[in-house]
Amino acid sequence: MSGEDPTAAFRIEAGELLEQVEQGLLDLGHRLDDMNLVNAVFRGLHTLKGSGAMFGFDALAAFTHHCESAFDRVRKGDVRATPDLVSVILSAADHMRALVDGDAPAAHGQAILDRLATAVDAAAGISAPVAAPAPRKQGWILSFRLPPDAMANGTSPLALLDELRELGEATIVATFDKLPALDDLNPGHCFVGWDCTLIGDISREAIEDVFLFVMDDMDITIAPLAVEEAGEADVAAAPEQAPVVVDAPVAANDITPRAASANRAQGEHVRVPAERLDELMDRVGELVIAQSRLSQLAGHGHDLSLRSVSEEIERLAGEMRDTMMILRMVPVSTLFGRFRRLIHDLANETGKAIELVTEGETTEVDKTVIERLFDPLVHIIRNSCDHGLEKAEDRIAAGKSANGVIRLSAHQAGGEVLITITDDWRGIDVERVRAKAEANGLIQPGQVVSEDELLGLIFHPGFSTAAQVTNLSGRGVGMDVVKRTIESLRGSIDVKSVSGQGSTITLRIPLTLAIIEGLLVRVGEGRYVIPLAAVEECLELSLEEDLRSRGRSIITLRERLVPFLRLRDLFETGTKPDTYQKIVVVGTGAERVGLVVDQIVGNHQTVIKAMSPLHRNVAAFAGATILGDGSVALILDIAQLIAMSQPREERRLAAG
Amino acid sequence: MTASILTVDDSASLRMAIRIALTGAGYTVTEAADGAEGLAKATGTRFDLIVTDLNMPNMDGLEMIRALRQQPAQAGVPIIFLTTESDDSMKAQAKAAGATGWLVKPFQPEQLIRVAQKVLAR
Repeated sequence: MSGEDPTAAFRIEAGELLEQVEQGLLDLGHRLDDMNLVNAVFRGLHTLKGSGAMFGFDALAAFTHHCESAFDRVRKGDVRATPDLVSVILSAADHMRALVDGDAPAAHGQAILDRLATAVDAAAGISAPVAAPAPRKQGWILSFRLPPDAMANGTSPLALLDELRELGEATIVATFDKLPALDDLNPGHCFVGWDCTLIGDISREAIEDVFLFVMDDMDITIAPLAVEEAGEADVAAAPEQAPVVVDAPVAANDITPRAASANRAQGEHVRVPAERLDELMDRVGELVIAQSRLSQLAGHGHDLSLRSVSEEIERLAGEMRDTMMILRMVPVSTLFGRFRRLIHDLANETGKAIELVTEGETTEVDKTVIERLFDPLVHIIRNSCDHGLEKAEDRIAAGKSANGVIRLSAHQAGGEVLITITDDWRGIDVERVRAKAEANGLIQPGQVVSEDELLGLIFHPGFSTAAQVTNLSGRGVGMDVVKRTIESLRGSIDVKSVSGQGSTITLRIPLTLAIIEGLLVRVGEGRYVIPLAAVEECLELSLEEDLRSRGRSIITLRERLVPFLRLRDLFETGTKPDTYQKIVVVGTGAERVGLVVDQIVGNHQTVIKAMSPLHRNVAAFAGATILGDGSVALILDIAQLIAMSQPREERRLAAG
Repeated sequence: MTASILTVDDSASLRMAIRIALTGAGYTVTEAADGAEGLAKATGTRFDLIVTDLNMPNMDGLEMIRALRQQPAQAGVPIIFLTTESDDSMKAQAKAAGATGWLVKPFQPEQLIRVAQKVLAR
């Protein structure tokens, strides 16, 4: 445990609390009478306020206090939970988040509090707090008797007497008048009382402070000492002098047992900064590399015992890498959960009823991947709500339920996770896509284009079919950004749509970014890794064919023209081509390109190393890896290569 | 001999703050993240002081205090609960459950130490 910064820990915690509060509120929106939810929300706000005040987030504490009070009244049945109230507290939660981050406009907070007051007033009764009495000086005469169970409950009478002695000159006499007969004496109970004269300039508060924890349950009289009448003062019989004896207060309103609200049945968890996992991952990567060198050495030698140790290490290193992978995995529920709020807001903005269904939330994906998926998914969902969702009456006319349903699902398939976003809305209007594409010059008017290709055009930079830009999708980014982000995750995106019935967008994402399943190839002297997920097929390019295609870098593959890049030329290796070169056809979505290499070495699973800062901007490479013999192989960035192939090919066509 | 203190709170940041304050004052601190864990850690041993939050998942502070007081071995162990000023009814309930005293959030580390000294038998 290092990095001991409670404030930083609080920020993280506050984020989680707010997420819980938000989820609770969203659930509450559907089940307004669910006291477990009310309690859960209350608890979240309560903790947020308490901890916030502890760590100097005073504005947050003060603001949250109002929301907490409102929910406290809901909890006590004083105020009913209303959709309005839930809505206000939801926006309050946003404001709290801003307060945690320290960039909240105060006026905004006040506006929310005003709305909150209105919402609460809609169903409330009023109660007022009680004021406290004023101080006094002088000497004091005390008589007190602890509650019988005080000692069992952890109060030490001796500690109290010591504290009294610290206040001033104390004369303490024990009284035993309530001592029971030996048979009735419970040795754990306190039957002794004390009379005490306390001289000095002592405030009543100071004395009460001594008895702070037992005051409410004990018999105590605190009377000012009238010095002249000290002899007469019968302390035990002067109750009207001092407003002191307090009965067990407040008919406690039952709190609901909280066992049922088991929000998260959590086992033991250790919170570790992500960069430490990355560090560990790096080390494991080095280990795997060192191990494969060891295997090579052992394989060449004749030392059987060395070979058996080497195999043992190989097995262990493999297991270790797998375990390491699992450590970084988090369930997609953390991602999906965040969309409930988005859908709630979208429904409000559009005035249409939207229902979110999520499936496969337990599917686990690398944490980095999850984080980077959020923005693209937001965009896809917003976009689809904006373009596809019909009005309720149109839906009913089309024989659908009034609520538009959007379904987020995730499942694992091999080394990939498939995330699909399905809606049952009007689907993508292919004719409008065509019209727009023609208007933008993406396709020729009347050009024969398959429906899939037309749909693929929505990912083209700058493409937008929105008749007018709305708040929903008019954010200055198009679906092309979504596509690029997904590709930077080594994933792919695919869209299907049936007019009038809805559309499905499928994202295929590798489970982890840290390891890559690759095809190792040789170009000249250098070796390169092509991500296996992008590889479609491998062909032979004979020398004659190579010569024949010199002028134009295009091959015909099953009646389709596929451009190709000669990596030897691109990387300027200056070597002669092998007699039998190979073409590796790679593709993302609908686009494909052939990469001409000298030799295909084979499959290669490897740990990805990031490029150095100096080389980070080199377009064609996504990273590097170290091979078993210690040499470096660069990993090709397929999306970039495809992008590069197109202008080259266009230039060539234009020149030719 | 340093007094050993168990702190029970579902808020990791608060636990951290409490631990820093108390270990700074020379106490030995054990942490638990909710009532169930607190109960498990306290059972079979005897801390010199238990500092617990009330609002917690799994098992709240009240339940934990009640369960602890059922154990003869825990008789007389001071239990301080953390509360906020808005929680007067909670104070009564916690005391009925067997708590020794309380500390109102937000508090300064010195206040925590003072309360600890107050209830720890000298």
